[in-house]
Amino acid sequence: MSNLKVSVAGVEFKNPIIPASGAFGYGREYEQFYPLSILGGISVKGTTLHRREGNPPPRVAETPSGMLNSVGLQNGGAEKFLNYELPNLATKDTRIIANIAGATVEECAQLAGMMNGTAVDMVELNISCPNVKHGGAAFGTNPVTAAEITAAVRKATDKPLMVKLSPNVTDITEIAKAVEAAGADAVSLINTLLGMRIDIKTGRPILKNNVGGLSGPAVFPIAVRMVWQVYNAVNIPIVGMGGIATAEDVIEMMMAGAKAVQIGAALFSDPFALVKIIEGLNEYCDANGIKNLADITGTVKPW
Amino acid sequence: MYTQGRYPIIKKSAIAKGVFDFTILCPEIAAAAQAGQFAQVAADGFFLRRPISICDIDKNKGTIRLVFEVRGKGTDKISQISCGDLIDIIAPLGNGFKKIEGGKAICIGGGIGTPPMVGIAKEYGENATAISGFRNSSIAILQDDFKAMGAKTILCTDDGSAGIHGFVTDALKNVLANENADIIYACGPMGMLKAIVDIAEENGIECQVSLEQRMGCGVGACLVCACRTVKDGKEIYSHVCKDGPVFDSKEVVFGE
Ligand SMILES: Cc1cc2nc3c(=O)[nH]c(=O)nc-3n(C[C@H](O)[C@H](O)[C@H](O)COP(=O)(O)OP(=O)(O)OC[C@H]3O[C@@H](n4cnc5c(N)ncnc54)[C@H](O)[C@@H]3O)c2cc1C
Ligand SMILES: Cc1cc2nc3c(=O)[nH]c(=O)nc-3n(C[C@H](O)[C@H](O)[C@H](O)COP(=O)(O)O)c2cc1C
Ligand code: FES
Repeated sequence: MSNLKVSVAGVEFKNPIIPASGAFGYGREYEQFYPLSILGGISVKGTTLHRREGNPPPRVAETPSGMLNSVGLQNGGAEKFLNYELPNLATKDTRIIANIAGATVEECAQLAGMMNGTAVDMVELNISCPNVKHGGAAFGTNPVTAAEITAAVRKATDKPLMVKLSPNVTDITEIAKAVEAAGADAVSLINTLLGMRIDIKTGRPILKNNVGGLSGPAVFPIAVRMVWQVYNAVNIPIVGMGGIATAEDVIEMMMAGAKAVQIGAALFSDPFALVKIIEGLNEYCDANGIKNLADITGTVKPW
Repeated sequence: MYTQGRYPIIKKSAIAKGVFDFTILCPEIAAAAQAGQFAQVAADGFFLRRPISICDIDKNKGTIRLVFEVRGKGTDKISQISCGDLIDIIAPLGNGFKKIEGGKAICIGGGIGTPPMVGIAKEYGENATAISGFRNSSIAILQDDFKAMGAKTILCTDDGSAGIHGFVTDALKNVLANENADIIYACGPMGMLKAIVDIAEENGIECQVSLEQRMGCGVGACLVCACRTVKDGKEIYSHVCKDGPVFDSKEVVFGE
């Protein structure tokens, strides 16, 4: 059996498979299907300083090979995460990535600071949520504000800091370079792409929020392209995501430059997707004589 | 415990135009299932699963029944699965109806909200009154199922083409004028549910409603299936797949 271990910004993961923020809650539901210890890590639901109710329903619309969501960061707030979810997750023998989001620079810094001295292994700063009016993507679509918030959070946290980038920009490498310069230890990409669907019978958008974030296999080629572009632009590690559904997709994403990956929407079609992907990676490595899966990161040979 | 698997359809019939009745052999799911819970059904070629209520459970035979109407492309695809072929489901999901031992129940279904009433009415047998409402007689389904379990069966149609000409709420008021009930169960359009809940409250009868919302995961992880509820006097978004689909009527916030 080959070695699936990967390391991102000094944090070692037993394999590169991490359920994406917002798709997996805090693991309690999918743990009914399989033990969380098989996973490299878990990126938890986006946490804000205070409890948020999120957007009115409907919050989901099916699309060809994917879906739109407009959850709007519904979560129980930082205290609930730290007091109720984190102690449980800490017993699961997997890496814990705290995904955080805030409306202001100060709020994000305060949130990041609250993770110090806890069982959290890594902080993932979400500057790319398309579903909230303030903060979220507003920070992530401009290199100056992206750098400003990264620097403030970098100062506040003693955990490795990963910044999650938005694909809803003209040039994602500009933002990646800006957050690298501001002290990010890693970047994760992509968050969802802004989309819309309309019910032609009623003339109304399906989502009550009118627009929402597109994810699932439909976005995979865009995500691979962006990971590859960012890999060529920065020196910090990349966690790739967007549309991954199979072990082959993981290999492709890693060849493009990702050290690890996150998987979201694919779980809704197949709750066992992560289990099958980990099995598939072992088979791929065995079949191709790969001793360390980590060696394939960035090995694409561009024309 | 959730189970996902591919199970054989051992009986399939069209019980009205565009309405299908599948009996699925899935012993581990049947053993765990309760009336009012649902399944997330995969539709080949579609990204999201379709939530369908568990209509009936036969624990001895290890089967569940799903009764659904073709509403769009996904349910159309599911309806094409042949008897003997496998259907991919995750089940049993959500919370079922609460049963009052030795009590009398009124089970009200509106249109395609009728299937989940079969399983719960069966638990009450002769102590159940099943009120079903449909637009017209051609889509009036499951009446023989209610009769076979000994339930008092009241059929209402909007156009009077079968049963009583009128709404389920009229039938409910009539029933309550003559006899008492310990609990009312209801599933159907929101307007119908609201009217039933009002009647239940006026009569001081406990009421449980089964809600619908578009879903992603179906297990409580993605938070897309929000519905307005009240907890400890505060309005919050609960989630139909995990907190429901069955809710105590007092928890549900109706209207815009
Ligand atoms: C808990 C629950 C139990 C249900 N039980 C039954 C049942 O027993 N019998 C039955 O006929 N129907 C039932 N429904 C409704 C059924 O899920 C929808 O009719 C079905 O999803 C429509 O899919 P489609 O592909 O045909 O339609 P499309 O409009 O093409 O579907 C597009 C997307 O919207 C979703 N969607 C559309 N309408 C609904 C709806 N009313 N509720 C939830 N999602 C919807 C679909 O799942 C899909 O993701 C239930 C819904 C819920 C939430
Ligand atoms: C229902 C849902 C909720 C999400 N919530 C969050 C969130 O809270 N924070 C975040 O950073 N990303 C969130 N995302 C984005 C995912 O983490 C991921 O970036 C995106 O879905 C692309 O991956 P996928 O195609 O594998 O789903 C959410 C995605 C979905 C589908
Ligand atoms: S459908 Fe995912 S939480 Fe209900």
